[in-house]
This record gives sequence, C-alpha cells and structure tokens, in this order.
Amino acid sequence: MKIRSFDDLKQYKKSLYGNKKTAKYTVLVGMATCGVASGANTTMTAFEETVNELGLKNVTLKRTGCIGYCFLEPIAEVIDEQGNSTIYTKVDKAKVAEIVSSHLQNGKPLTEGVIKPDMQRINLAEVKPIQKRQLRVALRNCGVIDPESLDDYIKYDGYMALAKCLFELTPNGVIEIIKRSGLRGRGGGGFSTGLKWSFVAKENAPVKNIICNADEGDPGAFMDRSILEGDPNSILEAMAIAGYATGAAHGYIYIRAEYPMAVKRLKIAIAQATEMGLLGDNIMGTDFSFDIQIKLGAGAFVCGEETALIHSIEGKRGEPKMKPPYPAKRGLWGEPTCVNNVETYANICPIIIKGDQWFNSMGTTKSPGTKVFALAGKINNVGLVEVPMGITLREMIYDVGGGIVDGKAFKAIQTGGPSGGVIPYTMLDTPIEYDSLVAMGSMMGSGGMIVMDEDDCMVNIAKFYLEFSVEESCGRCTPCRIGNKRLFEILEKITNGNGTMDDIRKLKELGRVIKDTALCGLGQTSPNPVLSTLHFFEDEYIAHVVDRTCPAKTCSSLIRYFIMPDKCIGCTLCARVCPVSCIDGERKALHSIRQHECIKCGACMDACKSNAIVKR
Amino acid sequence: MEVTTTQNGVDLELLKPVLAEYAKVSGSLITILQKTQAIYGYLPISALTEIAAATGVAPAKIMGVATFYTQFRLEPIGKYLIMVCQGTACHVNGSEKLAQALSDELGIQDGETSKDGLFTLKHVACLGCCSLAPAIMINDDVYGNLTGDKARKIVQDIAKKTKEAAK
Ligand SMILES: Cc1cc2nc3c(=O)[nH]c(=O)nc-3n(C[C@H](O)[C@H](O)[C@H](O)COP(=O)(O)O)c2cc1C
Ligand code: FES
Repeated sequence: MKIRSFDDLKQYKKSLYGNKKTAKYTVLVGMATCGVASGANTTMTAFEETVNELGLKNVTLKRTGCIGYCFLEPIAEVIDEQGNSTIYTKVDKAKVAEIVSSHLQNGKPLTEGVIKPDMQRINLAEVKPIQKRQLRVALRNCGVIDPESLDDYIKYDGYMALAKCLFELTPNGVIEIIKRSGLRGRGGGGFSTGLKWSFVAKENAPVKNIICNADEGDPGAFMDRSILEGDPNSILEAMAIAGYATGAAHGYIYIRAEYPMAVKRLKIAIAQATEMGLLGDNIMGTDFSFDIQIKLGAGAFVCGEETALIHSIEGKRGEPKMKPPYPAKRGLWGEPTCVNNVETYANICPIIIKGDQWFNSMGTTKSPGTKVFALAGKINNVGLVEVPMGITLREMIYDVGGGIVDGKAFKAIQTGGPSGGVIPYTMLDTPIEYDSLVAMGSMMGSGGMIVMDEDDCMVNIAKFYLEFSVEESCGRCTPCRIGNKRLFEILEKITNGNGTMDDIRKLKELGRVIKDTALCGLGQTSPNPVLSTLHFFEDEYIAHVVDRTCPAKTCSSLIRYFIMPDKCIGCTLCARVCPVSCIDGERKALHSIRQHECIKCGACMDACKSNAIVKR
Repeated sequence: MEVTTTQNGVDLELLKPVLAEYAKVSGSLITILQKTQAIYGYLPISALTEIAAATGVAPAKIMGVATFYTQFRLEPIGKYLIMVCQGTACHVNGSEKLAQALSDELGIQDGETSKDGLFTLKHVACLGCCSLAPAIMINDDVYGNLTGDKARKIVQDIAKKTKEAAK
C-alpha cells in the first residue's frame, strides 16, 4: 500500500493496532552489534525454538536495537499485557529455558539477573514530566522497536513529524521551530542546526543536498552506530524534513564501512519507506520528493570533516578544503549542502511533534536538550546513556556509570577523542555542555567518553592520540603533517625515558603553533590531548623526564618487574610463560628475573597466582 | 566466441557488470573501487587500468584515491581479515597484548597474511564496539571482551572449520 495523505498515514497506523490481538507477552531481544557479538543470535534462536516446541501462542518475539546496557548483553526484555517490563541480563540458553518456564508459562518473573534502569523514554504522543536520571530522546526507539520493520516504527508515531511538516507547516515554519528549539549540532562543533538550515534555505539554487554524517571516526564513540542500528527510520524521516525545510531533494548518508549491520538496516528502511511512498517521488501524495542514497566510507578519519566528506562522496581523495565557502553555500557538486550528524537528526522528529519549548526545557540554556554518550574504558556500566545536558561528571561516572571498575581511583575522563582532551578528577563537578568543556581545553566531541583510572598514564594517552593523528593526517597542510609527527616523536622520547624539561616546553610551543596554523579541524585540534594532559597533569610529565619514572606504571621503558621473596611459592608458572625465558628458579624455590633480558611484557605478572610479581 | 581477458590470473570479465553500471555515473570512483575489491579481495593493478579506461579518470588519480583510504589494498589478503581494534577503549583495556597474542598465534605482524593464506592481520582504529573492548572483527563479525587466549581459540576454531570444510 502507498500512503497518499495525512489521513492515510493515521488510518494505517490505526490499522496496525487494530488487526492483531496483542499477545500476552512480548519478548524483546537486543540485537545490535553489541548484543550479537555477545551471543544474541543464540538467545533469539533459543527463544524461537522453545516457544515453538511448547506451542506457546501468547508470546510475540521481537528483535530490537541497543538497550544501552552493553556490558550485560545479551539482554531480553519481557513486557506483559499491562505494560510491566522485566529486563533480563546475560540471557544464555539456560536462562531462556528458565524465563520461558517461570515467566512466560507460569506468570512468575524471575528476580535474579534483572535490572531496573534509572531511565525514561520520551513518547512522541504525550508529554510526561522528567522523573529519571536518564532521558531518552534521540534513543527513544532504540531497544523498543524492531529496526527492520517500518510498521513498528509507524506504530510509535513514525513519519508523523514529516507529515506534520508537509501538511501543516511551511518550510520556513519548520526552520523557525528548529531555530527556537536551540538544537546544536551533535557531531562535535555544536553549531545551531536551525541557523545552518536557514543558510541552505536562503541559497537560490536549482539543486540542493542533505547529508547525514555517519562516519563516526572518533575512537571510543559508538552512539551513531547504535542509533542507526536501532532506529534507522528516524534518521530517514529527519533527513526528509531537512530536505523539505531547505528545498533539497537529494539525501546522502555517508557511513563507515565498519558498520555492516547499520548499513543493512538502513538499506531495508530506505526500501520499505520508498515502497510506502514515505520517501521518493511525491511523498504522501504531495509535490515534495526526496530520495536517499547510502555512500560507504572507505576508512579515513578525516572524512568525518564535512568538506573532506563531500570530496569523498564525489569519489575523490578525502582531503578537506578551506572554509569559507561553507558547504551551505558550495557543498556537494558545488551545490548548497546541509551536513548534519546522525544524533542531530535523531532529535528532529521529537522537536517537530512536541515543540521547541518542550525541547529547550531540558538541558541548559545554551545547550538545550539531551546528549547521548558512549561510556567506555574503566567504568562499570559500559554502554550507551542519554542524559540532559549540564549533568556533572560526578553524576555521570558514579550514578549513571556505576563507578570505576574494581573500585580503583578515578583519574580522568577523555572526551572528544583525538580532538578533545582530558577532564581530571579535580573537575568532577563541571557540568557537561558545549561551552564548559571548551573552556577546559577539551570538547564535547561526538560523545565518546573514555574513563581512565590510576593505572593509565597521561603521557601514554597523549602519545596514543598523537599516533592516531599522525596516521590520519591527510598530509595536505604542513603543520598537521609534520608538526604532529614531531609532537609524537617528543612524546615517544619522554615515554622511553629520554625526555628533558626542554622537550616539555617544546610540546607546548609546537602544540600552539599547530593549533593556530593547520588547515582543517583535524590539525587545529590534534594537539589538544597533549596540551590538556600537560595542563592538568604536568607533574606526571615531569616525573617521566626528571625522576625517570612512570607514576601509573604503564610506560614499559620506565618500569621493572620484581618477584617478592615473601610471596613466591616457587610454582614455576612465571618461568613457563615468559616468552624470552629470563626467569630462573627451581621448583618450590624463590624465582628471579634477569632484568637486562626482560622485555617487560607482563606475562609473568598475569600468570602468577600468588600475586608475587610487582611493577616498580 | 568471447575471449576472457586475464592478466596475472585476474579475470577482468568479472569487473564488466560493475563498470557497466557505474563507469559513467560521476562520483562513483570509490564505489567502483569498493565493488572491485569485493570481487577480487584487493585492487589488482590490471583492474585499476581497466577502470581508468572505462571511466576516463586518469590512472594517477585512481591510484591517488586507492592509496588514500585505508580500506583499499593493492595486495591480495587472506580468506579472513582480522581487524584488531587499537582504539582508545580497547587500548586502555589491553588491546596491545591481544594484538601480540594474535601475532604470536598466526606468526604474522600487522598488515601481513599467514602462510596458509587464511588470515590477514590488520590493526585499525575503533570498530565502534567500545563497550566490548578489547574487540576484533573477523570479516563482518565482531568478537568482544577478549583475552589473548580467547582470541587464539577463535582463530584456531576458524582454521579448523575451514580445513575440515575443504576436505
Ligand atoms: C577531523 C574531524 C572529524 C570529524 N568527524 C565527524 C564525525 O565522525 N561525525 C560527525 O558527525 N561530525 C564529524 N566532524 C564534524 C563535521 O565536520 C561537521 O561539523 C558535522 O558533521 C556537522 O553536523 P552537526 O552540525 O549536526 O554536528 C568532524 C570534524 C573534524 C574536523
Ligand atoms: S576502541 Fe575498540 S571498538 Fe572502540
């Protein structure tokens, strides 16, 4: 069937509720990449087999996206007729059998291995006060709908926002709503989305383009992947809205080739929406037409930068160019082009339906709304969270994130990837929003947050990011191509124990020069990891060059492994795992390490069961 | 009868449908290269020459694009491409040791292919599965929360299965 009017869509939505009697239980299995890698396919098959074997008629099984609790995957949620939900974690085959027999057959939910998230999802149809710490706007449908079913999306008010725009709002009216909402680009820069749309709309050109930036190259970030895997239609709908508002008829999604599942689901979504007349020619019977193509990235971090991305879509080397002119004036094929990030688009439909005032009642005045963060590193609740802007780091790490792994001491958080910096433990009460992070020499970035504890060396982390920037520099401009390489070499010298105080001075000076003179955002921000670690942890650098020690005991050139006489029981385990055979000792006698032969791989320390090996 | 053009064992006939579809669509160079790589597993020079002829794009330009992006390879790879994540989350969770274990197990370094032609190791930045750190991706499948031993086991299992299937 094709949707030819607003009424068609409303009718169709109604029919989806009407024709099937809802089953007593709906079982949702999280099948994003994180779920599948943890065994969600096996979980799903187990449910299917058991339900079929027992001939249970009152159960609907559904695949869904990421629920956000990646560390507890595979996750299955059981929802009963009254809407009560039970979220089961680490659901393997045995657990499936238990859930089926106790919960689905006898109506008794299990109590073991169940979580109760402090999380609330928005509902497009109604406005509810915020009660929970986590608030899901961009992720509203992730973990709820079946990402491969357009019908399921429509059931949750899918394409209602586009219909509202087409039938009730003028293009300018749409832009005004987005402007007033205060929505800022979630791709890192934080530029006003409404303003950007108005620039594109103002251009007088026969052809304009909409691009969705799904390159997500920041190491440590996986928000965009989760949105695309869990709710692909919401991005298509928002892109069409952007097209209507700016007068563009063509959309492109530039997505990394490393995300095969997201690509597959986008392709399905585009095909289904086109079939229903929700994309393509004469959408919903109006004279507005909009098509969407997928362009696969080919692996280059710099292609996340919008001008480089445009070159890449044009089939060229992904090198950036000078701005202005901005893409809004001369973008893809020289035509006015609007580039926005995946999460930016994910916020559009709720704003259109629920209004700009609803949106800017959340978050802070200058950074309204919510932000999705990918929490990773040494934190207990590794996964995806969405919180109102302005929440403090302390709340983020200890309340939402569940604290540091093994109760270790929190040292710093890294935001903004290779363009960002660290926020140290001393700043735990800083609100997380665009401007406060920039003021600290970091940036919001796209939302990757890597939590680091006492065992992480800040010089090593800076070196790690510089290595990345050296690798990813496109080579177009000298400060970035050569300057970053020099920064990296100095950091290598320091972590090898050969640094001097003058090297630290050089790092600062060179870092500033690169920032001021590089051509694009990559080079202009690549010294940030060095400069911000230097700013907050200069004593750690000094310890490396003056005392020749690594306080976090990470830099292998500056540490040695020793066997503690009082703890060694002479089990010979360490001697057997040592790859260079530099551990001596008889059975049941004290072992020792020949220091000059040791390659400091740490294998002995990992193997020792009596904790007799220490790093110093 | 049609004659198949093969150069160094590369059957250029396979490329024809791709060129027929995209050669004249402007901006398709990367798509063509991706499809070519999907056919051959890498970008054979003879195929690049063919692409240049069909699209009218200068060979030097094509080479420039092919060498710019990390996805493209000018050498053949093994049946299984193991991408070992070196992103931040994986880095702080011990990806270095994981990479070492895989190198030891397969007897190859980053960028090399094992003698039996089964595995190619490649260090990459972030696979976007940081919640599973440290992670690797073998062809299109992600494996997470790995240790050196778990990773060894995974490649051993794949090698065993492939060898059994070949029998
Ligand atoms: C080196 C570099 C990498 C970038 N990578 C991304 C990315 O992966 N995803 C993204 O959305 N924006 C990225 N950006 C920002 C884009 O250039 C652009 O500002 C953004 O896509 C605009 O969308 P927004 O206004 O919705 O944030 C990157 C910028 C630079 C300088
Ligand atoms: S850091 Fe390894 S998957 Fe992101």
